[in-house]
Amino acid sequence: MTRSNAYIGSPLDRIEDLRLLAGAGTFVGDLKPDNLLYAVILRSPISHGRIRKIGTAAARSLQGVAAVITAAEIGEVPIIPVRQHGKPEGEPYRQPVIAGEKVRYVGEPVAVVIASEQCIAEDAAELIELEIDELPAVATHEIAARDQTLLFENTVTNLATTFYARMGDADMAFATAEYKRKEKFSVHRHTASPMETRGLLAEWNPELQRMVVSGATKVPFFNRNVVAEMLRLQPSQVDLIEVDVGGGFGARGEFYPEDFLIPFAARYVGGNVRWVEDRREHLMAMNHAREMYADLEIACRKDGTLVGVRGRIDIDLGAYVRTNGFTTPRNVVQFVSGPYLIPNIAIDAFSYLTSKTPTGTYRGPGRYEASFFCERLLDMAANDLGIDPAEFRLKNLIPEDQLPRPLATMAGLDRTWQTELDNGAYGVVMERCLKEFGWEEKKKLQGQLIDGRYHGIAVGNFVEGGAGGRFENARMTIEKGGTVTVAVGSTALGQGLQTILSQIAADALSMPIERIRLLHGSTTLVTQGFGSFHSRSTVMGGSAILLAAEALVALLRDKGASHFGCEPDQVSVSDGYVYYGTKSMEFSAFAGSEVERQFENRKLTYSYGSHTAHVAVDPGTGHVELLDYMTVDDVGRIINPATLHGQILGAIVQGLGSTFLEHLQYDENGQLLTGSLADYLLPTATDFPNIRGISLGLRPCPNNPLGAKGAGEGGLIAVGGVIGNAIAAALRSMSVEPRDLPLSPPQIWRLIQQAKASNHNPKMNEQS
Amino acid sequence: MTSAPITVTINGARKTLNVSSRITLADALRDVARLTGTHVGCEHGVCGACTVIIDGLAVRSCLMLAVQAAGSEITTVEGLANKGEFSALQASFRKHHAVQCGFCTPGILTTMHALLREEPDADEERIRDVLSGNICRCTGYVQIVEAVMEARASYSRGSAA
Repeated sequence: MTRSNAYIGSPLDRIEDLRLLAGAGTFVGDLKPDNLLYAVILRSPISHGRIRKIGTAAARSLQGVAAVITAAEIGEVPIIPVRQHGKPEGEPYRQPVIAGEKVRYVGEPVAVVIASEQCIAEDAAELIELEIDELPAVATHEIAARDQTLLFENTVTNLATTFYARMGDADMAFATAEYKRKEKFSVHRHTASPMETRGLLAEWNPELQRMVVSGATKVPFFNRNVVAEMLRLQPSQVDLIEVDVGGGFGARGEFYPEDFLIPFAARYVGGNVRWVEDRREHLMAMNHAREMYADLEIACRKDGTLVGVRGRIDIDLGAYVRTNGFTTPRNVVQFVSGPYLIPNIAIDAFSYLTSKTPTGTYRGPGRYEASFFCERLLDMAANDLGIDPAEFRLKNLIPEDQLPRPLATMAGLDRTWQTELDNGAYGVVMERCLKEFGWEEKKKLQGQLIDGRYHGIAVGNFVEGGAGGRFENARMTIEKGGTVTVAVGSTALGQGLQTILSQIAADALSMPIERIRLLHGSTTLVTQGFGSFHSRSTVMGGSAILLAAEALVALLRDKGASHFGCEPDQVSVSDGYVYYGTKSMEFSAFAGSEVERQFENRKLTYSYGSHTAHVAVDPGTGHVELLDYMTVDDVGRIINPATLHGQILGAIVQGLGSTFLEHLQYDENGQLLTGSLADYLLPTATDFPNIRGISLGLRPCPNNPLGAKGAGEGGLIAVGGVIGNAIAAALRSMSVEPRDLPLSPPQIWRLIQQAKASNHNPKMNEQS
Repeated sequence: MTSAPITVTINGARKTLNVSSRITLADALRDVARLTGTHVGCEHGVCGACTVIIDGLAVRSCLMLAVQAAGSEITTVEGLANKGEFSALQASFRKHHAVQCGFCTPGILTTMHALLREEPDADEERIRDVLSGNICRCTGYVQIVEAVMEARASYSRGSAA
């Protein structure tokens, strides 16, 4: 009768797998209601220009075409709002849902064709006569900064916004510093690239005046309210439905132009319209990420104690400020210090508009970039000062007794922009990682040439923010058969959310998981919700479930007490029964009992950990083989160690893809050169076989009842810096210092050639 | 557009599909046969999500016209289970948490099933080599390789798994 509430912490098989492994998942492209029409979007082939003509007559006359929609058919073209980290100065740069007068990037929507078959819609799109007068491309942030060509003529600058991170007195710290080093770094443009491209199905019911949009994910409630307002409908007339989702990683599910265009098209034709983008379209239309250029300086004492970091970061934002376009710029300045105690910080970020695909968040937004800059600087300093890079870091990690500790202040912004690291044993986790990796043993290989390849090892540390978005709702209902339906506003993106939240609910109600029915993501389920971003679903959705379970148990004790004629505190609830002494009643007797609770939270969680890498570099080709990659992290309370382990390993490989392979390249005309998966290289099974991860539940988070911290991004965050440092360590004898990502073979080969050319000056020490 | 009926055997059942001459096998399976377990991730033969088994060979159904499949025997992900029971390979995927979003999974299952039927003793290197034709964005491949390694036993015992 008693059970041990052991779901939390157990590597339960995933509920989702039963349908996904059978090929019985339902992704948005699988939905095919009767009378389905297909949408194809014509996109600008030009980076920057003025639209002279959109000739749609031939397209309209093709048999099977139901409509061709341009800005003219839409009338007053809605502008997409900023969802998070919005600032007034960014408002003029937001994206219209369709280009009417100007195009500002290759891939911007110009027209939508609706037809009875996908191929007819594609044929018709080819027939549209699109004439654009080209304007000078603004293909780099440097051109943008000149403000000679403005992307928005109603503004005076391409500089969308600035952020300033401040702590202590950086000027004073640098004026008196015993050691300083200044460096330039860059991170290249790449993106999330989930395996399922985006898609939407919009079903408009003219009689009921209701819109149902399937394919929602990430932030369905926000998106529902936005699309309702744009369509001049009440939110209650619009439902966003979540189906299976083929990966999100921060990029999918934001409000994109198509999130208006497809519902609008459905209403325009009075029926059902489905759009699924192709891969080329995906690579030019979904948020890009990461492109930025840093000019940073580090200061420390001769014993290696960090005293300051300062400098500037220039960000290539792309053509518009999208829903979360300012999140990465904000994060990158705030997180340069990572888990390290750096008392004096002054970093400025400048976000420039360019005529390229707009950017948004991708797993570890701003943190991957910041970590690359920080970890590279730390290794350069450690090397200059003759200190072992691991010792250097252990010396500078924030000690546990100094947590919680605020990160640098976002100058001039209110308290909602500020944050503090919560808790953690940073040094303990790093030592564990070094031990698991075999640091002391592998150290002997540092810089050694073995069988024609140079070996190098490196270590780095990260913090990962989680639990963003102020609240989440959960509702619990007892069904007729005595099962409990749990509905949450969090959304699934392929991370096993259904399983994880079911585990939490089953333990909270002390009942078998088979009797829990977990629903999530759709706007029909709870009154309000946020979704899945910022490593938040487990913490926020899970905490909301705990509160709802508490309320449901209290309700059942009240009801039980009146039935049994006793006091509520004499009643207990478990295993789907309500007990009083030897008497009991099944949950089914309480069918219809329902509670909804909201978990509110303003404090972020910070999981943290360490990464180590061992590489071998072939100086003849520039190829880097990853011989070992080991991470250890602490995520607070672990709900499902197996899904967590998958998150860590998957994140590491994404980080390795970011660091070695993936690159969205543009030419000087702002033309995207990498429009297929043959050009945009994603990691495959042979690229990085040697990766390992251990997750610990060392320090439960003090800020939520679950004790959990967000996880899933940390495996990616430190990869760039650690790999850069391992390569630098391997090639120390040549003084090769990777400063620019990606670390592709040609890039490494070039650095080696340059180093050889300046061989007479082996120590390129810019110490001042 | 000209349409033509083709007869194929899909997952053991003979079917006649009326397909237009320009549609791919992937689209025919999904839209005409309504077997949506076969996914389309790139439409240019790189990602492998659309892989099905045709006459014993793992084939990218996005790179093949439906009419080219006439007369052939096709196994899709829906055909791997036996009377509603997961195959050893599918069960091993679940056990090893080799699935995250599940979008690439059907193509990986069919590719690995075709491999293990031919080479039940494939080692990790061989498995990774063949698997490298399928892109998974979520898992980092470690748990997939573990799952395939463990499933080998059921193939080597001579059953068709």
